[in-house]
Amino acid sequence: MNIHEYQGKTLLRENNVTVLEGVHCTNVEQALAAYDSLGSKIVAVKSQIHAGGRGKGTLYHPETREHVMDGGVKIAFSRAEVENYATKILGNILVTIQTGDEGKLVTNLYIEAGCDIAHEYYLALLVDRDNKSVLIMASTEGGMNIEDVAHNTPELIHKVVVDPNAGLLGFQKRDLGMALGLSGMALRSFGKMLSSMYAMFITEDCAMVEINPLVLTGADEIVALDSKISFDENAEFRHKKWDDLRDLSEEEDVEIRAKETGLSYVKLDGNIGCLVNGAGLAMATMDVIKLYGGEPANFLDVGGGADEEQVKTAFSIILEDPNVKGVLVNIFGGIMRCDIIARGVIAATEALSLEVPLVVRLAGTNVDEGKKILAASTLNIHAADDLAEGAQKIVALIGGGQ
Amino acid sequence: MSIWIEEDAKVLVQGITGKQGMFHADKMVEYGTNIVGGCTPGKGGQTVELQGKAFPVWDSMSEAIEVTDADATVIYVPPPFAAEAIMEAADAFDFIKGEGVIVCITEGIPTLDMVKAVAYVENRPGVRLIGPNCPGIITPGETGGAKIGIMPGHIHAKGRIGIVSKSGTLTYEAVAQTMSIDEGQSTCIGIGGDPVNGTGFIECLAAFEADSQTKAIIMIGEIGGNAEQEAAVWAAENVTKPIVGFVAGATAPPGKRMGHAGAIISGGKGTAEEKFEAFRAAGIACAMDPSELGAVLLESLKAVGLR
Repeated sequence: MNIHEYQGKTLLRENNVTVLEGVHCTNVEQALAAYDSLGSKIVAVKSQIHAGGRGKGTLYHPETREHVMDGGVKIAFSRAEVENYATKILGNILVTIQTGDEGKLVTNLYIEAGCDIAHEYYLALLVDRDNKSVLIMASTEGGMNIEDVAHNTPELIHKVVVDPNAGLLGFQKRDLGMALGLSGMALRSFGKMLSSMYAMFITEDCAMVEINPLVLTGADEIVALDSKISFDENAEFRHKKWDDLRDLSEEEDVEIRAKETGLSYVKLDGNIGCLVNGAGLAMATMDVIKLYGGEPANFLDVGGGADEEQVKTAFSIILEDPNVKGVLVNIFGGIMRCDIIARGVIAATEALSLEVPLVVRLAGTNVDEGKKILAASTLNIHAADDLAEGAQKIVALIGGGQ
Repeated sequence: MSIWIEEDAKVLVQGITGKQGMFHADKMVEYGTNIVGGCTPGKGGQTVELQGKAFPVWDSMSEAIEVTDADATVIYVPPPFAAEAIMEAADAFDFIKGEGVIVCITEGIPTLDMVKAVAYVENRPGVRLIGPNCPGIITPGETGGAKIGIMPGHIHAKGRIGIVSKSGTLTYEAVAQTMSIDEGQSTCIGIGGDPVNGTGFIECLAAFEADSQTKAIIMIGEIGGNAEQEAAVWAAENVTKPIVGFVAGATAPPGKRMGHAGAIISGGKGTAEEKFEAFRAAGIACAMDPSELGAVLLESLKAVGLR
């Protein structure tokens, strides 16, 4: 789960990491009031969307798609400039390298005081799968795209792996700071910031914290100038306040509804809907559709213990997508019995008066009974014995893919 | 022989009084797994009826292992308490026996809880953790066998193919594929789809290589991380038995989590293409479609004179 920069800044501040003064706004009047209250001649006017690359993004009118302004993060040197930028950002679409062409509507703005920057760094904390521990990465190449740095000059990225038994140790903070060329007061500020950041990462159940840039000020202070924070969704049960931080407009509506009913759904661009049990098999089903010349319309895992009702919900979610020209159901019954799935499929297709071709592949527990139920139905359901046959059938039925 | 779990292994169930725990404990007993009881803190002294037989419940894992001399435990505890259940089992196995296998089925455990739990288990070298977020491990027997998890027992048969996979239902698919060419399984392990887990591919490959019953291996990966690539490099040097591989997620879009917490392509890394390439470079025979695993396995067995 991702949060906005302004929310991340509040969290950082609460956890004793130095950030600049700033105000979250949703309209131009608030932006101007924020400028007045900050008392800083120079301020940053920052679009708040979950995607990165905001500074280099482009703003467009939401309906006409007319070009409005280059750059979703602007430095304003006067009240008039704040007004101009806020007007051009709010209510328009920001397209960045991470949003895709459709971009994201900007409804939130962050007005932040300026600061005296001596140097910019990159800092990130994340759970490293290889070491099964928290990994801290830092680089002198702040403000840059870190993937480019990792590719072109990997020696400029410094890493520290935190032993979960020992926690973040003093020497690790010093080593990392010295690798960035810090010394004296600046090194001490860096160490203090890192302790706070690590403690926050653990207590807030973060999945990733990325500060790019982290800056050293002329007064040897370390300040988080940006913040990109995501939480581990598995830990939601112990963080009630995440409900307030979640921006549902940033998430696909249908993906949220699927999640609420215990389904895992991801929309794709193809035209063959998939209904599968198990994440691995759901991915494999998409892959095999593609292998036989079709294009999957979605990833959908109904989970291990789905009932008739869930199968019905799954169908309705798949069919909401107007691109769907056919559906492939692929179930390997374990806990889930094939006869129950077969009844669920029939009930769902009847209730939703399914018009597109449907291929059902059943295997596993009670498979014979499940197949009998499908065969006895008067509905236009095509049976398949294995995944390859199922994929080939549905691709043929919709006329050979796209 | 099989790996890690013998056909007659004595197994405890943590969370045995819960809905999931009781349902699957019953299925395990039905399959023939030697369940010796369970553990639910606060319910010690009660019994649970499985397949018409009463099984004892203990308050703590140390009591349960002390009394039953269990070899393994399987965890069906809800996510908020699962990491602690793993650590309790690890501590008890280590202290009492110096060894034991912990199979954690639970899906949705916070990642930082798993960071702690995995470090805790790794400090107890005799203890092995499988999972979490996995179907478990099964060693089919001549009659019955040891099914420790949620997989459908009836699709398995004792044989000479070892299976290791990140995914549940794809493991069943692989099992069905071995059966389609009249081959059974030595042991099947689901290592789980979480970013931080216990036993990995390499440990499974090493155990299959050392196991005399296992003659060939099926390895099934998915997008995310680079465990498959590392395993492939390791296998090229260390595994002499034929390996057949598949990787799920070739059509998955980058940056999107595909069901499993760990199944995500991030920063262009962890793609299926990358993993298939690593497999091929290591001499692993790849199936591009899981329904071809049987055919590819048959070819691999023929190539080494096993068919």
